[in-house]
Amino acid sequence: MDLIKVAENAFAVETNLPKFGAGDTITVSYRIKEGTKERIQNFRGVVIQRKGQGATATFTVRKMSGSTGVERIFPTCSPFIQSITVNKTGKVRRARIYYFRKLTGKRARIKERRVVTTKK
Amino acid sequence: MPGLIGKKIGMTSIFSAEGINIPCTVIEAGPCVVTQIKTKEKDGYDAVQLAFDEKKEKRTTKAMTGHFKKAGTTPKRKLVEFKPFPEDCKLGDTVGVDLFADIGWVDVSGKSKGKGFQGVVKRYNFKGVGDKTHGQHNRLRAPGSIGASSYPSRVFKGMRMAGRTGGDTKTILNLKIEKIIPEQNLIVLRGSVPGHKGSYIIIES
Repeated sequence: MDLIKVAENAFAVETNLPKFGAGDTITVSYRIKEGTKERIQNFRGVVIQRKGQGATATFTVRKMSGSTGVERIFPTCSPFIQSITVNKTGKVRRARIYYFRKLTGKRARIKERRVVTTKK
Repeated sequence: MPGLIGKKIGMTSIFSAEGINIPCTVIEAGPCVVTQIKTKEKDGYDAVQLAFDEKKEKRTTKAMTGHFKKAGTTPKRKLVEFKPFPEDCKLGDTVGVDLFADIGWVDVSGKSKGKGFQGVVKRYNFKGVGDKTHGQHNRLRAPGSIGASSYPSRVFKGMRMAGRTGGDTKTILNLKIEKIIPEQNLIVLRGSVPGHKGSYIIIES
């Protein structure tokens, strides 16, 4: 595994993503190419899981579009991710909250974990 | 066709400049030592024998110890002949990954993963019978007919049937070199190569 890391580091581009995990509500600003134009799409939802490690790591974000659930899997190292903002930090007991998919309405809420952030 | 002996480390993926996710294989290649130079006069053909991967002297036979001693090197696990190699190499020379520095594409051969006794669907990509229902009994992955009846009254040789799968030498042609990291003797190739992690492979340009 060690030499794989060496190879991955050789390609690594510095990314500045905030810390987030399952249960957090985040907004992913994703660059989308349409023909020659490029625009930014925001995808806001709850993180279902973080998966993998190193250059192949991904995370899944779920949001409700109307009454339909929409999930997107983003590679953590994707160059198309412009930024990620953590809107809420959720309090969950699992690393992968698959049960969240079955919940709708008032049940589909996650308790918020109040985080003390010291202002600089 | 100069080449090197390497070891498969594993796979990962990288993002290209256009943002395309490319699957890649990381290979530890070399440094290989020249342990024998075969010539037309002596051996009937020209070739260079390279050795790779350290081995304990305790585990080396006396005959092989002598062979390595001749080249002035420590015992190695894997020996492979390459031909033709540049003529100016001498016994005991080391060849490293910088051999591929100006080459964009390589061929890689190795022993594919053994899959054991497999049916024709996995072994030869037969499509199976097709339907799960509509009168099908238990023929979902069956090969179907293997020939006609009274003529020829036999099954032709080479008919593709179930059997031992994998575990034979395969060569993948034209894999693009994405990066060479000389400090760790690493080559990063686009795509996959045969074999397990840690299995020996031969890289040729």
